[in-house]
Amino acid sequence: MSTTIVYPNATEFDQLIAGDKPVLVDFWAEWCMPCRMLGPVIEQIGEEYSDKVAVAKVNVDEQPALAARYNIQSIPTVIIFNNGNIVDTQIGMHPADVYTRILDTII
Amino acid sequence: MGNRTDIAIIGGGPAGLSAAVNAIARGKSVQLMSAAGNNLEKSENVDNYLGFYKISGTELMNKFEEHAAALGVSAMKGRVSNIMPLGDHFLINFGGEISESTTVILAIGVAKARQIPGEADLLGRGVSYCATCDGMLYRGKKAAVWGMAQDAIEETNFLHGIGVDVTLIARGSRPSELKADIPFISGAVGEIIGEDRVAAVTVGQNTIEVDGVFILRSSIAPSSLVPGLETQDGYIKVTNRMETNIPGLFAAGDCTGTPLQISKATGEGLIAAQQAAKYIDAYQSKLL
Repeated sequence: MSTTIVYPNATEFDQLIAGDKPVLVDFWAEWCMPCRMLGPVIEQIGEEYSDKVAVAKVNVDEQPALAARYNIQSIPTVIIFNNGNIVDTQIGMHPADVYTRILDTII
Repeated sequence: MGNRTDIAIIGGGPAGLSAAVNAIARGKSVQLMSAAGNNLEKSENVDNYLGFYKISGTELMNKFEEHAAALGVSAMKGRVSNIMPLGDHFLINFGGEISESTTVILAIGVAKARQIPGEADLLGRGVSYCATCDGMLYRGKKAAVWGMAQDAIEETNFLHGIGVDVTLIARGSRPSELKADIPFISGAVGEIIGEDRVAAVTVGQNTIEVDGVFILRSSIAPSSLVPGLETQDGYIKVTNRMETNIPGLFAAGDCTGTPLQISKATGEGLIAAQQAAKYIDAYQSKLL
């Protein structure tokens, strides 16, 4: 597993999005096949943007409160935060450039 | 994850089988994945496929399958739900297992899927195409499954099993395989209602309040199958070499557009396989 990706709990999550870096959060679960297919894409972004963006994965089974707070109704869902605010939400799996294009506008 | 195949071919109709035969001829490893049934099997008579005057669709299909089988290719039956391009290879969700391949040829035929009003707007906000993916998020909530695909029944039973208050909506009479305590409504979903998220679906004059609706069609629109795939009027956009906008991904047959004819499909299958083989050779020589 890549060391550039963080797996925050609810408290760590709040600190993370309040930080000075944009944050990309992948809401996922073990049993979700498309989530597992998106995994390598998220890891790749985590490596490429390790200096500029924090990349986090939130397991919706382990962190149901976070999933409920962001009204996650379908996974994978990727939410991109900047200065604590949601910049973009992408539901489903997409190629890397869908996410990096958004990140590039805010870093 | 298993071994990586050179060419994964999605679809076991004329285009897919032609691609398989020609990929084998180029010495490539092939995985052929196919859902049950295709349009050719349904045609009573084929009178314009050269060399086989007045042959039935089933007979011609059998000949195609025998030809591929003689070369060691037979289709694995099942549904491909998603294909993820990862730059130098692809991940394929085939019946809940992930396969890997260097290239993919889509020979998926024509999807006759018509969208329901509200479906696109509420996708991911209560509308889902995959019960095993999103089902857990509806535990203790009300959901409907709508669809004629055989797996609609299995997925409804699955949702019921994990604690979703689920109703199956389908045309015709109650399927015998459906667990006895699951409500069944005979009919078709006319509209999906909701502002920010799904609130209800309509079936005829009735409105059924639900938190989510799972839509299970036998065919998936190409653009939902492969994220980022360019389509035009529902058909996959290809070059005259059967290349899509995604490197390593090719398409052949009815899914690339009219005329929806067998000789076009087999011809395109050949081109797609030869291009995929070339792509693999170029990729491998780059690695050396």
